[in-house]
Amino acid sequence: MLTKRIIPCLDIKSGRTVKGVNFQDLQDAGDPVELAALYSAEGADELTLLDITATLEGRETFVQIVKDVARAISIPFTVGGGISNAAQVEALLAAGADKVSINTSAIVNPGLIADLASQFGSQCVVVAVDTRLTEKGWEVVSHAGTRTTGLFAVPWAKECFDRGAGEILLTSFTSDGTRKGFALDITRQVSENIKIPVIASGGAGKPEHFEEVFTFGKADAALAAGIFHYGVISIAEIKAFLNEKGIPVRI
Amino acid sequence: MTIGIISYGAGNVASVQNALDRLGVKSLISDDRKVLEGCDKLIFPGVGHAAHAMENLSRKGLDKLLQDFNRPVLGICLGMQLMGSESEEGPTKGLGLIDFRVKRFEINEKVPQMGWNSIEKIDHPLLGGIESGSHFYFVHGYYAELSKETIASSQYEIPFSVAVASGNYFGVQFHPEKSGDAGAKLLKNFINL
Repeated sequence: MLTKRIIPCLDIKSGRTVKGVNFQDLQDAGDPVELAALYSAEGADELTLLDITATLEGRETFVQIVKDVARAISIPFTVGGGISNAAQVEALLAAGADKVSINTSAIVNPGLIADLASQFGSQCVVVAVDTRLTEKGWEVVSHAGTRTTGLFAVPWAKECFDRGAGEILLTSFTSDGTRKGFALDITRQVSENIKIPVIASGGAGKPEHFEEVFTFGKADAALAAGIFHYGVISIAEIKAFLNEKGIPVRI
Repeated sequence: MTIGIISYGAGNVASVQNALDRLGVKSLISDDRKVLEGCDKLIFPGVGHAAHAMENLSRKGLDKLLQDFNRPVLGICLGMQLMGSESEEGPTKGLGLIDFRVKRFEINEKVPQMGWNSIEKIDHPLLGGIESGSHFYFVHGYYAELSKETIASSQYEIPFSVAVASGNYFGVQFHPEKSGDAGAKLLKNFINL
């Protein structure tokens, strides 16, 4: 049986893993290659590496990290952050990444999704959809949640699917960093409206949150960062809990 | 021993090489038939579209290489699917190395299947030391039908073939290079065949 995936996310800035709430007040959370190997050994099903560096030197450092991670681990990993063209994707895949995640560039240029899908295959094109609950509904936001886009999560996710995305990484900025649980309603709505996997992100705090996002939320995978970096809970504990609840996981 | 990894513009050959490096096995990546003919074993990876991949293979004469090679060959993912007789993806004829057909998933579950699924196996040297119930990493929208060459299967709404063997030809639908310890064990078994 296909299992539900647990995906630790490493936010990487200038060669180090960092963690803050909504990208504010960043704290050092360790060496990315060491952390990747640790999570892999602890039972992570995949990893996501997000480059939050804005400088050119930082970008070059990031490609080197991707190479080092690819050598160190034997599970799939996705890379994202500032990707806006096929040449960047080619370089990251050549460095050993399995998938790339695009976000703002897909909003600015939706044709990019189909371009990347036709060139590299849908299976390696993840579209990250950042969303926040406002009085208008679940609006899609960009630039680390600081700008609205005029888009809404469900129709935008459907459009990404239609254009050839292989997965949707749905992050709720309403719940991110709160440790009070994933945004279940919107995760369920997105998952019910598309025929590709949905990775839920934002708000993980305890094993019950993973259970509810996989059952009510209908997510195929769940991503978290802070709780793993700070040792609030381990991947093994979450998986043992889910297994007990009858949710298929790889142990 | 040197393992040749066939590069034909379809798939992440570097991942396969990284996995072999971790096992301490010498490998080379090539699209040159002569270079690959000199290798002890071949790994035939693949991601992408079956018909396009077949075109690329024949343009470089790699279809003939695979058909004539008499030492162990391991097809991975699309590589395995192309070892069969035909695929609905295109549609296209396969290399005809193993007798099975490849069909598109017409199911209610999300397609492609993406993630870790468990396998049920029969005894075979390629699967030595790997238990039924072990998980492997899959990414695919097409699947090989169960056949008499099937040595392991999985279930994704319907049962399908995930490992096949016939003579010197072996194929796996999942990605052993991305399947943690179980995947490493399978690659080690292939090296030791």
